[in-house]
Amino acid sequence: MQKAMIEKAKQLLEDKTVGRVIGWKQGEFAYDSTPAVFKSVEEIEENFVFNDFTASNVSKYLIKESKNIFGTLVFLKPCDTYSFNQLVKEHRIIKENVHVVGIECNGKLDIEKIKAKGISGIKSIKNENGVLQIETVYGNETLNFEDALAERCLSCKSKKHVIYDELIGEDGELLDSNRFDMVEELEKMTAEERYIFWREQLSKCIRCNACRNVCPACSCEKCVFDNDNSGVANKAPVNSFEENMFHIIRAFHVAGRCTDCGECSRVCPQNIPLHLLNRKFIKDINELYGEYQAGADTESRAPLTDYTQEDCEPAVVHERGAE
Amino acid sequence: MQVNDNKDFKPVIVAFCCNWCSYAGADLSGTNRLNYPANVKIIRVPCSCRVNPMFILRAFQKGADGVIICGCHPGDCHYTSGNYYARRRMTLLFSMLDFLGIERNRTRVEWVSAAEGAKFAATMNDFVESITKLGKNRRLEDLRCRKQ
Repeated sequence: MQKAMIEKAKQLLEDKTVGRVIGWKQGEFAYDSTPAVFKSVEEIEENFVFNDFTASNVSKYLIKESKNIFGTLVFLKPCDTYSFNQLVKEHRIIKENVHVVGIECNGKLDIEKIKAKGISGIKSIKNENGVLQIETVYGNETLNFEDALAERCLSCKSKKHVIYDELIGEDGELLDSNRFDMVEELEKMTAEERYIFWREQLSKCIRCNACRNVCPACSCEKCVFDNDNSGVANKAPVNSFEENMFHIIRAFHVAGRCTDCGECSRVCPQNIPLHLLNRKFIKDINELYGEYQAGADTESRAPLTDYTQEDCEPAVVHERGAE
Repeated sequence: MQVNDNKDFKPVIVAFCCNWCSYAGADLSGTNRLNYPANVKIIRVPCSCRVNPMFILRAFQKGADGVIICGCHPGDCHYTSGNYYARRRMTLLFSMLDFLGIERNRTRVEWVSAAEGAKFAATMNDFVESITKLGKNRRLEDLRCRKQ
């Protein structure tokens, strides 16, 4: 896979179809990867990497990079194509300047899960037919691929690329996912239990803004939370109100546009399950206003910029489920 | 649901009223000398869809115990469709507040036309009563804003 991608990138760079390539490069450890922009064949040969840890969604970088007239090549996993398509729909990405290569994805690994098995001092990780061969400073270990799969990949919604110019590997299908299970579980709790659950989670927040910065839907040039007069700009939350407010408002601002890529939870250094807030909105929209998948197409109207005269009254949400 | 035992408790209610219907409705209930509790603080907005979710959270932060949004009846919006958008937004916001464990019934949306002075007074009486039962807003308050 990595070989085919490097070949493709080199070919397009050499015949000047594109001037930039967005992909991933190796970080400090074997399980680190970081999104990167490559400008030459030499850089690609030296640094380009694609493996089970290249999980980051690179669509957001296209907002800036697609303004380059010399063209940009980007590699997108199926879930990334939804974010990309949503940004095209919002006219944030100039599609003409981007060459999208869809890549097959079998799920990405979560290093925390590997470490939780007591495996440390990792030097290298190889995937051999679904079994991870892990070389550590203390000796070799093996682990099943599925056991280390990231949470969001376990409830993958689609292996289908919604937008691409060409593909490397196979295009998949929409999947029946169980992604709303946890939301439903929370809905069954009493308000008191839910309050305690979220206090425990949100009180971990250090307001590093990683969730906002990585989110492909959070693409405002000036964010409401950067307003110095707001009293909450770039500082750690001082009490429960500020923790709640930041996450409610952030989730609300991406409601109807969130493609459920799960990046917010992946980057959270405190492991707050932020995707649950977004999924709650997606679930509500699906139930109240009809099935809607952000990024699936570029024509439909987003649920919050649309209405029907028969919409339910807000009081209905107080009538359902446990109190 | 928690029940408030403090008989002296006077909740602070913030009512966002749209300029064209509900604010005029509040006016009418005043000229008709209908009673509604003095702890309802009315904030006039051009349209119910002017109400940003942040306004509601800020009201709770600064000591409100309940927030009610009043607008024109669906179909009667001065700007044709504002209250339809507000309806969707508030539905999702209230659902999210519920999901985070904030008590239900602290927030409400009510459609009050300019001719419905009696409905305005009745709605406010009812809302104040239900908030008095719920008691002080503790889950979405900011301790720094608490008055000594």
